[in-house]
Order: sequence, then structure tokens, then C-alpha cells
Amino acid sequence: MVNTILAIALGIMLLSIVISLIRFIKGPCYTDRVIAFDVMTISSLSIIAGIAFFSQRMIYLDIAMVYGILSFLGVLVVARYLEKGL
Amino acid sequence: METLAIIGAFLTLAGSVFLLLGSIGLLRMPDCFNRIQAGTKASTLGTILSLTGFLLIMPGWWGKLLILIISVIITNPVSSHVLARASHYIKVPLTKATLINKYAEDEKYIPVEDLKNEKE
Repeated sequence: MVNTILAIALGIMLLSIVISLIRFIKGPCYTDRVIAFDVMTISSLSIIAGIAFFSQRMIYLDIAMVYGILSFLGVLVVARYLEKGL
Repeated sequence: METLAIIGAFLTLAGSVFLLLGSIGLLRMPDCFNRIQAGTKASTLGTILSLTGFLLIMPGWWGKLLILIISVIITNPVSSHVLARASHYIKVPLTKATLINKYAEDEKYIPVEDLKNEKE
């Protein structure tokens, strides 16, 4: 029961990554691509937590934590670069 | 314990639906600022819901999951705000359906001292 619902949820998260990949390729201005990248990494953070549940390893949550921090820093650096602040 | 796991699984399903809605909004919105709104708000709520679901399923992992939830709550609105500020700075064009643009009115603002000089 629980495994089935979680598998469906992981499928939906993967579909959301694919849909935002379309905007990442198509986006007309810079910030569209950056925001599509942000949505992709946030969705994959949930997927990593699901993989950690399915393989019963708690150490994968550390990877999700580092991934979230790296996504935040990447967005911040690109935004400062667009503002000519770097 | 089993009912708690089922509740957590449904919470994770609701969070994944919010993530899907956020990415559909990212695809369909007409403007850059609308895309920032739709993408970031919905994905923040979806991630919080799905991580809370995993916290109900595996109560032994509460420490790292709580750190993940708090870091998402703090960092995601900050990155959205910084992106909106940068895209206003580089003058990204608005959509044609825009009715009110207060920033464009502010750029036409004339200081009071100049008006006094013109009268004299």
C-alpha cells in the first residue's frame, strides 16, 4: 500500500522535472532558465528522499541536503552576475 | 503505526501533485515574473508536504528531515526574491496584459526641488 503510493508520487515528481526541462530549453530570457533549474533541483530533492526510503539508507539524506544548498548558491551567484554585482 | 505511514504516503502524493502544478504553471504563464511566482511558491509547498510525508513514514529519520524542511523554508523564497530583483534590474519586458506598473511610474517621477526651480 505505502510502497505503491510512494512509487506513484515519485513518478509524478519525475514528470514535473521533465515538464520544467521544456521551459529550461525553450525559455526566452535568462531568468526563465534559472527558475526552471531551481524547480528541477527542488523536485529532485524530494526524489532523493524517496530513493533514501526505498533503499532504507539514511545517508542519502545528506546528499539531498548538500544538493539543496548547492542549488541555492547557484541561483544566488547567477542572479548577482545578472545584476553586474560580481 | 501503519495508519501513520498511510497518512504520510498520501501527504507525499499531495506534495508531488503540487510540484507537478508548479511546473505546469512554469510552462503556461505568459511573463517572466509570473513564472517566478508560479514556480517557486508551488515547489516550496510541494517539497515541504512531501518531506513531511517521509517524516511520518520514517519517524527515526526526524533530525535530518527537519533540517531539510527548515532549509527549504528559508532558502527558497530568498532565491525567488533575488531572481525577481535581478530580472527587474536587467529590464525584462512585462506581458501585454499588464494593467498597473508602479515602477514605470516611479521612473517618470520628478523631484520637488526641480518643480520649484521651474516656477521661479
